[in-house]
Amino acid sequence: MNVHRHHWIVRLTHWATLLLVTAMIASGLQIYEAYARFGNRGGPLFPSPFDGAQFPQWSRLGGWLAGALNWHFALMWPLLTVGLLYLGYLVKSGEWRALLFRPRDVRGAIDMTKYYLRLRRDHPPQGKHNPLQKLAYTSIYLLGALAVLTGVAIYKPVQFSWLTALFGGFQATRYWHFWIVWIFVAFTITHVILVFAVDPASLRAMLTGGYRGKFPSHD
Amino acid sequence: MTEHRAPVLDRRAFVRLGVAGGAASLVAACGWDGGNAVRPLLLDISRLNDWVGEKVLFSPTRLARTYSSAERSAMLPGYFISRSVPTLENPSAWRLRVDGLVRQPLELSLPELMAMPRVTYTVKHHCVEGWSAIATWHGVPVSAVVQRCRPLDAARYIRFVSFDSDYSNGWDMASALHPQTILAYGMNDNPLPPAYGAPLRLYSPTKLGYKMTKYLVSLTFTDQRPGGYWEDQGYPWFAGI
Repeated sequence: MNVHRHHWIVRLTHWATLLLVTAMIASGLQIYEAYARFGNRGGPLFPSPFDGAQFPQWSRLGGWLAGALNWHFALMWPLLTVGLLYLGYLVKSGEWRALLFRPRDVRGAIDMTKYYLRLRRDHPPQGKHNPLQKLAYTSIYLLGALAVLTGVAIYKPVQFSWLTALFGGFQATRYWHFWIVWIFVAFTITHVILVFAVDPASLRAMLTGGYRGKFPSHD
Repeated sequence: MTEHRAPVLDRRAFVRLGVAGGAASLVAACGWDGGNAVRPLLLDISRLNDWVGEKVLFSPTRLARTYSSAERSAMLPGYFISRSVPTLENPSAWRLRVDGLVRQPLELSLPELMAMPRVTYTVKHHCVEGWSAIATWHGVPVSAVVQRCRPLDAARYIRFVSFDSDYSNGWDMASALHPQTILAYGMNDNPLPPAYGAPLRLYSPTKLGYKMTKYLVSLTFTDQRPGGYWEDQGYPWFAGI
């Protein structure tokens, strides 16, 4: 059975996000190299295993600081556009209901955790996504929003001083902006492993929209 | 539910994959600044960001946060582009030249500048590299010099020129007239040290460090957007924060 799972907006924005975030991270690592630590000059530093680190050249984009800044500040526009297009689609189509983790999902999340821990034999009933997936996706939306907000707060720390202060000041904001990267990378690795381990057919669904896998009932 | 639409979508997906793969390999192409194909586009977008920064986000009245002198950083790196600290052969002969599209060109000595209104503040310095440091600066607001030289209506920019090799910067008028934009002759309660731009440097807590011309010799009012040492090499022109 072939079911239509992903609207073209979802598929387009999914792959565009992958590309744009990859390039944002690569240019970000080049920018990081100019001052590879967190904290005011002459003051205490935030704890970080990457102090003074230079990331491998293949992972950096821009060639030097100015080049990397220009990549970073150019790609922020399409990334923001893609993010808003995706969120707009979720709202307009009502698909946000399948993705947003809400308090009522707590019960289901516990059931799902029990199932994964083999404390429960049968797979709990679910819609398109199970409550733990909803929790993961909702967290990643929040992380995306935080990436944008911390980015704005570093970009214009005087004009948006209230935002910079909210994140704990300029250096603290740089720190969060940097750590969001690693959370995102960890999410992506987990995401890809789960796709191939649990439901490889979902990869095709994200490319063509059509799903022919073993969980058609979830659509 | 779709039936038999798969081939069309597959072709589309194939194209999309190709784009993804192509871009990914570009990302992997060690330190690529865009090359001759993309770099001009990136610089165009940087100009768009300058416009957004200047016309949308910059507030001519919003003040950067000030700190107490106890919060000063233990150190603030200084730099110049000349091989050694730029110094004047005859400091007492130094004058700040104010010219260009002004009704009253000026030549101001350091004592004359010191006799003008004085602003003192302790603020955070933001370097484009990502570091920051707090220091105290004192000097005369650029707006006070503007009042004296009375620029023509056509003047939209100021070009700040130094005696540190060919270091210079161009500023938009609104940023230059911001109340915290000063020509500083003092740092941390002392006369401005040679390593930090003596005898006179531009300072503003609303700009990145590279916009603050040190070792000043002249201010030229102009209707053409002036370039700058780093700006001409690709760094953002507006650099307001």
